[in-house]
Amino acid sequence: MSFMSKPTVRHPKLPVNDIGLTVRDYEGGMSTLCAGCGHDSVTGALVQAAFELSIPTHRFAKLSGIGCSSKTPAYFLRDSHGFNSTHGRMPSVATGANSANRDLYYIGVSGDGDSLSIGMGQFVHVIRRNVNMLYLIENNGVYGLTKGQFSAAADKGSKAKKGETNLQPPIDPCQTAITLGATFVARGFSGDKDQLVPLLKAGMKHRGFGLIDIISPCVTFNDHEGSTKSYAYTREHFNLAIAADFVPPAEEIKAEYEEGAAMPVELHDGSTIVLRKIDWDFDPTDRISALRNLQENAEAGEVTTGLLYIDESQPEMHEVDNTTKTPLVDLEFSQVCPGNDTLQKIQSRYR
Amino acid sequence: MRPTDTSNPDYFHKVVDCQYACPAHTNVPAYIRLIAQGQFTDAYMLNRESNIFPGILGRVCDRPCEPACRRGRVEDNPVAICRLKRVAADNRDDVSALLPKAGPGNGKKVALIGAGCASLAVANDLAPQGYELTIFEKLDVTGGLMRSNIPSFRLPVEVLDEEIQMILDMGVELKTNRPIESMKGLLEEDFDAVFVGTGAPRGKELNLPGRQEAATNIFIGIDWLESVAFEHTESIGKQVLIIGVGNTAMDCCRTSLRLGADKVKVMARKPRAFFKASDWELEDAEEENVDIIVNHSPKEFVVENGKLTGMVFELMEYDIDDNGKIIDQRVTGETTIPCDDVILAIGQDNAFPWVEKDIGIEFDKWEVPVVDEATFQSTREGVFFGGDAVFGPKNIIWAVEHGHQAAISIHKYCRGEDITRRLPDGQMLESTKMGIHEWSYSNDYDGSERTLMPHVSLGERFRQLNIEVELGFSPELAAEEVERCLNCDIQTVFTANLCIECDACIDVCPVDCLTITTNGDEADLRTRLAAPAQNLTQNLYVSAELPQTRRVMIKDEDVCVHCSLCAERCPTAAWDMQKFTLHHPHTRDEIDPPPAREVA
Repeated sequence: MSFMSKPTVRHPKLPVNDIGLTVRDYEGGMSTLCAGCGHDSVTGALVQAAFELSIPTHRFAKLSGIGCSSKTPAYFLRDSHGFNSTHGRMPSVATGANSANRDLYYIGVSGDGDSLSIGMGQFVHVIRRNVNMLYLIENNGVYGLTKGQFSAAADKGSKAKKGETNLQPPIDPCQTAITLGATFVARGFSGDKDQLVPLLKAGMKHRGFGLIDIISPCVTFNDHEGSTKSYAYTREHFNLAIAADFVPPAEEIKAEYEEGAAMPVELHDGSTIVLRKIDWDFDPTDRISALRNLQENAEAGEVTTGLLYIDESQPEMHEVDNTTKTPLVDLEFSQVCPGNDTLQKIQSRYR
Repeated sequence: MRPTDTSNPDYFHKVVDCQYACPAHTNVPAYIRLIAQGQFTDAYMLNRESNIFPGILGRVCDRPCEPACRRGRVEDNPVAICRLKRVAADNRDDVSALLPKAGPGNGKKVALIGAGCASLAVANDLAPQGYELTIFEKLDVTGGLMRSNIPSFRLPVEVLDEEIQMILDMGVELKTNRPIESMKGLLEEDFDAVFVGTGAPRGKELNLPGRQEAATNIFIGIDWLESVAFEHTESIGKQVLIIGVGNTAMDCCRTSLRLGADKVKVMARKPRAFFKASDWELEDAEEENVDIIVNHSPKEFVVENGKLTGMVFELMEYDIDDNGKIIDQRVTGETTIPCDDVILAIGQDNAFPWVEKDIGIEFDKWEVPVVDEATFQSTREGVFFGGDAVFGPKNIIWAVEHGHQAAISIHKYCRGEDITRRLPDGQMLESTKMGIHEWSYSNDYDGSERTLMPHVSLGERFRQLNIEVELGFSPELAAEEVERCLNCDIQTVFTANLCIECDACIDVCPVDCLTITTNGDEADLRTRLAAPAQNLTQNLYVSAELPQTRRVMIKDEDVCVHCSLCAERCPTAAWDMQKFTLHHPHTRDEIDPPPAREVA
């Protein structure tokens, strides 16, 4: 880690967004991760996405568990809300926070260990509930904080830094999420911000649970030859299936798309994602097709990226539970706590 | 774009904006670091290598370095480079043991005409090589314009004397009161080479109606300053008009205030954006309540009963286009401004009545000698020109550099070598890495604002002509100002084949100067950078193709603050912070015997 923090001096001609902030206003503290960590690039992409969406920084809540990935909320959106929870328990905290205040943008940052091992039970249920949040898995295939053991996301045949081979099959969070009914599933790569930033923007604006599995190489323990989660391997086996362009509500779709290749999907707030088919067999609005393609590509050893599955029609948690549309913090005290008489009436129903 | 060729010293030199802008290429960041470490003597000697007069220039340099300073592009104000130079001069120890000494005689004699900065610079470089040097000076004192035209409240006489003496002490023969009346006569003496450093000694005239009648109250600026400097003039009228708005005009108005004037107006024909005076000289004059009046064009001198009583000006109006150029002008009226005296400070010319026209020294249509811009040799072999005498009035630091270059030419000429085959600039790059995230320079960005120069109070400073107005930075103030230097000589050096394209450097760069993208031509690349590159005078540093994606790393050098974070966050040490040292050859680098310099 650097001994100094990033100087506050900025480029004198740095652009400002619709609410007058520069990208620097969306940054956080100085990273203490290893130099070159993929997670820092994800942080950079999050900063860029939040800046481009012109969302005020205090409208975000950042949630995380334990691990290298879970440290990163300290490195972006310094003026936002946040909760660094226990290992694997971020989904519960996110669910609780979202229940109390449905108006914030929730960003959960987790890793392959935090989500696919210790937190797997929490992970699957937050998907089932369709909590309105963006859930990021910074996936590097190893436990970096404990010096590089294989994680549950490590590919079969991938080699550890000291040479041993992983013999167990990986859990693919994207396939898992689609089978569980997730309504927005994407995969990105920390080394490709051109792809990742629009995915993050679309994920933040998606209504319901959005998962982005981000291949985010561990430079210290998993960036060697033989690793299937290194920068070089990911670039070599990178297969962009569906590209996504994010178009904010007020703007027209200006880019020209080839006939039949572009598929605009309108999001809940009026913005649009234009999906561009790169892989012609892939239909990201068809669950069966998406799953089949993901499995076939995985068999072929490819890292399929892009917006893999989207369904804007499903109700999110608050709609299913028919909860109040007002965040609890904005309700009158008498509404949140209707008093002893009301409590007695309710209790009498169960006697 | 093709990968940037950093083996050419020009590339990294240009990144060090201050050093690049300095005519003598003084190693500014290096001496500022020495000052930061309290090594004032070393800072002084490093300065002296390039600019010869650190004490003088630390007060009155025209400072081309400061407008160039990168800090001025990142924030509003550049580093106070000039004032820091003075700190080194003010706080140094005795340097006599460190100064160059006269070399063993080589039997060659060189005549230097004029004892100003250009000739002194030639002497400084040639004396250690064993030349027998004779300076001919028409006045009875040395220093030329530095003494006669720069008022002593800006440049104390003791500072001037001390630094000139350092050069004369190398066995240079000084002949004062010896104006050269005939170049032909001088050439007939047994000098092996002649250097002309006579400056631009003739102030421009303003021939308007009334000029002759009012002659006793109208002065030519540089002549008047000279007569004040030598105490021939000790007073001036109450109301004084200065015509012209260059640096000489600033010296004239401030000197007038010290000789008894109480209302001094500087009359400018054009708006402020067109002033020739440096901003800081304007500020200093305005601090002393000098009125600077724009858009007044002189029309005539008003003479009543044989005495100057005022001056008539035409009121001007200008149309200025988007590029700041005047495209039209008109006179909208007239006004008369009363005055007792007028000082003309509208420019200077060279004057060579003493150079015969039939001795092989050609003059151009402006009566200026034709001189080679690299060798400073005139059309007659063995006769060299430098300083204001050659390409018109510039400033001291340009004259010093002319002197350095002319000295090289004279040395080569006296050795019978081709004077056009000169040593190229060289460079040295050394890593400043001291350990993990530790560098041998102060890399963190210090957001302090420019330190203000303390001045003698307005009440005190007019008491006597020679009270130096600027007090100089104390070592404590200097310690704050040095931290503002961005260390632009500590270069970001990139090794493309080590890069794994993790984006760490791009994410951490506080001023967004890095981009990884597909290659293209320069105009195209400039539109695709992380932050818009509007300063086209600053280069793009383009890498070779990166191993994984065949894209390229591009750095816009414009506002890099040299904080080292790109190198600290790089997992593969593809970025390194390397100290760049320019080697700008001087006479002493012409080693004996001359090496073969065939270009392969």
